Amino acid sequence: MPALDGRALTCTLFVVFVLITLGITVWARANTNGADDFYAGGRTFNGAQNGIALAGDYMSAASFLGIAGLIALSGYDGFLYSIGFLVAWLLTLLLVELMRNAGRFTMADVLAHRVRRQPPVRRAAVVSTVTVSVFYLLAQMVGAGALVSLLLGIHRGREFLGMSAGTARTATIVVVGALMICYVMFGGMKATTWVQIIKAVLLMAGALVLTGMVLARFGFDLGSMLGSAAHASGKGEAFLRPGLRYGKDVPGDAYQTIVNKLDFISLAIALLLGTAGLPHIVTRFFAVPDAKAARTSVSWAIGLVGVFYLMTLALGFGAAALVGRKAIVAQDPSGNTAAPQLAQELGRHLGGRVGGDILLAFIGAVAFATILAVVAGLVLASSTSLAHDYFGQVLMLGRPRESQEVAVARFASFLVGSLAIVLAVVARNLNVAFLVALAFAIAAASNLPAIVLTLFWRRFNSAGVTAGIYGGLISSLVLVFFSPVVSGKVDPVTGENLALFPKGVDFHLFPLENPGIVSIPIGFLCAVAGAFLGREKADRALYDDMSVRALTGAGSH
Amino acid sequence: MVGDSKVSRDGTDRRGRSGPPGWYAPLAQDPGFLLLRRRFLVAAAGVTAAFFGWYAVYVALSAFARGFMARQVAGHVNVALLLGVLQFASTFLLAWAYLAYARRRLDPLAEDLRSRHPSALGNGVTR
Repeated sequence: MPALDGRALTCTLFVVFVLITLGITVWARANTNGADDFYAGGRTFNGAQNGIALAGDYMSAASFLGIAGLIALSGYDGFLYSIGFLVAWLLTLLLVELMRNAGRFTMADVLAHRVRRQPPVRRAAVVSTVTVSVFYLLAQMVGAGALVSLLLGIHRGREFLGMSAGTARTATIVVVGALMICYVMFGGMKATTWVQIIKAVLLMAGALVLTGMVLARFGFDLGSMLGSAAHASGKGEAFLRPGLRYGKDVPGDAYQTIVNKLDFISLAIALLLGTAGLPHIVTRFFAVPDAKAARTSVSWAIGLVGVFYLMTLALGFGAAALVGRKAIVAQDPSGNTAAPQLAQELGRHLGGRVGGDILLAFIGAVAFATILAVVAGLVLASSTSLAHDYFGQVLMLGRPRESQEVAVARFASFLVGSLAIVLAVVARNLNVAFLVALAFAIAAASNLPAIVLTLFWRRFNSAGVTAGIYGGLISSLVLVFFSPVVSGKVDPVTGENLALFPKGVDFHLFPLENPGIVSIPIGFLCAVAGAFLGREKADRALYDDMSVRALTGAGSH
Repeated sequence: MVGDSKVSRDGTDRRGRSGPPGWYAPLAQDPGFLLLRRRFLVAAAGVTAAFFGWYAVYVALSAFARGFMARQVAGHVNVALLLGVLQFASTFLLAWAYLAYARRRLDPLAEDLRSRHPSALGNGVTR
């Protein structure tokens, strides 16, 4: 039985993390009394704390393990992905203060501020918030199932605590789901934020340690690290250039080459424009006392996210050089275990098998914390939107009892969490990795037009908001449904099915995997057309009022 | 804001911070506010044009100018890696520049507006 001690250590660290976070949840439950506490942590977090949590919310397992793996297997193109993730924060920096000032708990608060008839706007915002959150959740939880099994070394055909690999995977999804429901339902924003902060600190520390060790292995000579990675990858210098994965050139097929390039550009645009509209990021803007603190939060997030993605370069290229493609693919064909495997290799080099096990267990626990924290943030965002926007403002016509609304929020988090668990268990063996990029594309196509036009366009109105949100949402969904990721995508080399539907089913009509390049313009066009066609005229006084509040912070909550 | 249990009929919450909808509309004609808005819009447009344009150039080069990106600068470091790291540097730089500008040119104006307007006394500043 290889690495039995390592596995015990990994389990112990998991349990320690769970116990600490549950302790925080109990504390948060005792200190959560009203809507301000549940939705916004009482707005007591300072800019730095909230910024660390913001970075924690953003750096999902998909970006930690996913990007390290992407770099390890596809070289430079993984780095390309992380650049989009980072640059997007500049747009967020420009919008954060205005949204913090004009809103209260959710994106819908910002959108509803200046319209006379709020319910349609709120409803649309709830629909897009819940859709984005559930897609993102699904991707994270299915990934979690596979990942934790791998981290614990549960392979197909082997048993773990009397469970087969398949059962262990399902059990992992259920446990992760139960914990995330627990954090949110009982601890609200306070517990979620502290879980986020702990996770972000662990993640940065883990990445820092690994980066230091990788660089030390190469005598702090970047050139030699890059050279070894390129050599070990078997692709030579091409490994250090764009083009191995995104925008691939297909010799002799000009059409496919252009499709690939457009697909890459489409992905890049969605990453750039999606971040500022992600529900779990927006909800966090409100956890600070004022707009200045919100600005500070985003600047912290930019610093942390930037440094982190620079470190993934060392992790990815390090894994390519030291672990090697063959060993990585043997564990997980998509490369998600590259970082943990690198940790094991580095530890082994330093302290033998025990050293390898210790470092692997530590990075495994960091990955586990990462998964749990991100899913909790997503559940919180959607339950806040359901309770505050749909129950409080639409059903109760804006006059709910506060205690009632918070009770609904707790129930909604249970509901959304359970839905995510069921969907993730059903989808556990499907290819759902495309859902993360889809969530970004929807956020960019449906939320961003509504936010930007609400804040800056005098003539914008409720018809524009709803048309923009539904237009962007529906066009993204339809395009993806008819894209190769849902049906018809097969690995050109192995012939393995890479689509959501099983092999043989192929009804794809839209050639791109990423809908953003089409659906984002559609979202903006629908918003503008809706504003012109809608009967309701924009209210000049409400627009002026919102502008003053947004820019000066007067009367902000 | 309208519609919370803490909010009374005229829309002012318990701590008297929020004010009814439209409360701050008169301030929109204030020269100080117009200046603040113009400065914010110019700064935001500048930052957006800079990062969007530079990112677009970078993405376009990655997609269409592979020969150029493959050129080696020093050892194994090629143009692509260099430009990628420059994207990080420019992001940090732009964020820092905007923060410094906001602190110097936007915050004092916003603070002044909040304190000068009679209806805004005690609003949003202290918490």
